[in-house]
Amino acid sequence: MKVIVDMDVCKDHGQCVFSAPEVFQINENGRLVFEAEPDESLRDAVEEAADVCPLQAITIEG
Amino acid sequence: MGQRIVIAGASMGGLRAAERLRASGFMGEIVAVGDETHMPYNRPPLSKEALASEVTHEAVAFRLRPAVADVTWRLGVRIASADLAAGAVRLADGAELAYDGLVIATGMRPRRLPTPGPALGRHVVRTLEDACALRGELGPDARVLVIGAGFIGCEVAATARLLGADVTVVAPEAVPMRRPLGDDLGAALQRRHERQGIRFLLGRTVAAFLGEDRVTGAELSDGTRLDANVVVEAVGSASNTEWLDGNGLDLSDGVLCDNALRVEGRPGVVAVGDVARFPNPRYDGVARRVEHWSIPTDTAKRAAVTLMTDLGLSGHDPAPFTPLPTFWSDQYDLRIQSFGTPALGGDDIRVLEGDLDGEVVVGYHRDGALVGVVMIGLPSAVARYRAELMRGPAAA
Repeated sequence: MKVIVDMDVCKDHGQCVFSAPEVFQINENGRLVFEAEPDESLRDAVEEAADVCPLQAITIEG
Repeated sequence: MGQRIVIAGASMGGLRAAERLRASGFMGEIVAVGDETHMPYNRPPLSKEALASEVTHEAVAFRLRPAVADVTWRLGVRIASADLAAGAVRLADGAELAYDGLVIATGMRPRRLPTPGPALGRHVVRTLEDACALRGELGPDARVLVIGAGFIGCEVAATARLLGADVTVVAPEAVPMRRPLGDDLGAALQRRHERQGIRFLLGRTVAAFLGEDRVTGAELSDGTRLDANVVVEAVGSASNTEWLDGNGLDLSDGVLCDNALRVEGRPGVVAVGDVARFPNPRYDGVARRVEHWSIPTDTAKRAAVTLMTDLGLSGHDPAPFTPLPTFWSDQYDLRIQSFGTPALGGDDIRVLEGDLDGEVVVGYHRDGALVGVVMIGLPSAVARYRAELMRGPAAA
């Protein structure tokens, strides 16, 4: 599973962090950082994170 | 014979319902019917970034997961009526669709003002077409009159101002976004808008639109006259439930559901999104509609499980459904985020951090317990307050 975030679209709302904290984090500067190739066991959480992104900036491949 | 679920409504709630039905293991046929011609798309950008740049379906379309690739989409056709006793809906083109399960996701439409005067130049913002039509009239030469000072009205006002338009907001309330933000935060936001050059004429309504074929201005309830060549009506919305008339349902404010989103007393019929009126035990037993962006996703997840149970395909889920409503609003460079239900705590509003004219966290309390938080900026504090709300009033 590969996670792609369109950083031109992302506005650091951080909703994804609540769905999949193992994959998405807001750093000390308030910007999104994420694990691009998370473990398959996290798929449900990552899909939920993609669902709740206000800007719909998260894509999952594979 | 396989089972068929009809999803009435092909916007976010309808899409999420289809996804969750597949995720819950529903293998039968899914038919989604929507009156718009587009595949599901995300509406919030239509008053914000999409309105500021280019309004295209591509820019706002939801990505379709492989799991919903076999859903049948009947787009550009309205559902005319339903016979819940017989298990069938009739489409405006005359087609009849029998179903084993029904998802009601027909959402809301903007209210229109009955105000007399020309119709040309008057807009609402709900659909892609609405936003395209409005975008075409915004620019430095536009004199925009926004009627309504709620979130959509204020977002459109801010976007129009960013595009160089002259903007006036007229509304009956004393401060913008008063419900749910309250007087003090509403007034603080008004000051920020005024600094950007937006004029507020509050405590009054529009008595008449002026002009022959096209709007050239408006006369207000206090006799004030103003010039305007673009009018945006942002005066709330009405539930799309007329097609359900005649089935004995409580449609007085959306569709009345139980806590599992089942339409009262109708196994196999559920409602999702802002048209669903359901009790949230996080707060109390009162059924409410919630027009927040997070609700279609949350309700679809639960409603899919309920439908699977009613169709005999999965077991009963006894856990109460207690979503934490969430929405946001972007106005200029301001990020306003809301968690929980501030409207329930309107009698006890406290500044928890920061100050109203800068970055701030405002808490809304009922019976001394925190029921909602509105934040401007302060991204590092979001997780803390959200966690406090998730724990619930008992822990506050």
